[in-house]
Amino acid sequence: MGQGYFVNINMSTFYFIAFLSIFFSILVITAKNPVHSILYLILTFFTFTIHYILMNAQFLAIVNFIVYMGAILVLFLYTLMLINLNKDSEPVKPFMVKFAGVFGGGILMVALAASLKSIGASNPVILQNPDLGLVKNLGKVLFNEFLLPFEISSVLLLSAMVGAVLLATKDTKTA
Amino acid sequence: MESLTNTIHAVPLNHYILLSSIIFSIGVMGVLIRRNAIVIFMSVELMLNAVNLLLTAFSVYRGDASGQVFVFFIMALAAAEVAVGLAIIVMIYRNTNSIDINVLNRLKW
Repeated sequence: MGQGYFVNINMSTFYFIAFLSIFFSILVITAKNPVHSILYLILTFFTFTIHYILMNAQFLAIVNFIVYMGAILVLFLYTLMLINLNKDSEPVKPFMVKFAGVFGGGILMVALAASLKSIGASNPVILQNPDLGLVKNLGKVLFNEFLLPFEISSVLLLSAMVGAVLLATKDTKTA
Repeated sequence: MESLTNTIHAVPLNHYILLSSIIFSIGVMGVLIRRNAIVIFMSVELMLNAVNLLLTAFSVYRGDASGQVFVFFIMALAAAEVAVGLAIIVMIYRNTNSIDINVLNRLKW
């Protein structure tokens, strides 16, 4: 049924999309203009959505698309544009500090990759149960095993909303 | 038969771990080299998403749906974190007229 052909395409797609993820995330931290940074971050998250689709995690793909790209990054963009910081006036750190930052991050990357090397070859990621990441299956798990954390997360969101409103509104009495 | 072709062609788990650690490290570098508070915040989002991707990969690898449910909780947490964090950034901007992270040197304790 052409399954092997499909999976083969899947694999080369993974490497291409992984390259795009790394490329765009480097652009996020190097772009001078913060608005460009956010736009590159949106592209990065889009590649993450494609990763989720490749793993057939359809629910997470949709949630990533709607919540991250649709809500969180638009919130970033609005904040940036509302307080009018989309100009290239960011004071640059001294070169040595930047170098130390990149060096530290590189050391972290090398350490992680080296510890991975010691494991040796790994098994491929295979989807045994094709409807693992579908909404029906995840909903069953979420509302059986994880019902209490789910309810607590609603309290968390409520308190975050109250806190955000409290912090961001101008206090006319005390100010 | 189809599972056999899957075995031959599927992506190794190591490559997912490598991709996630590279993106996580890029997020760490972003936190270290930038001074704009919002860009630092975006780097933190990048790190969170790298972890999400790895959790999903492990979930698929083990055939266990709990990992994906956990990613869902992380996304809810990230939404709350972004709301509060951006509110704090707006407040800092209102008080100091800048979102340079070095302004926070003046914090008292």
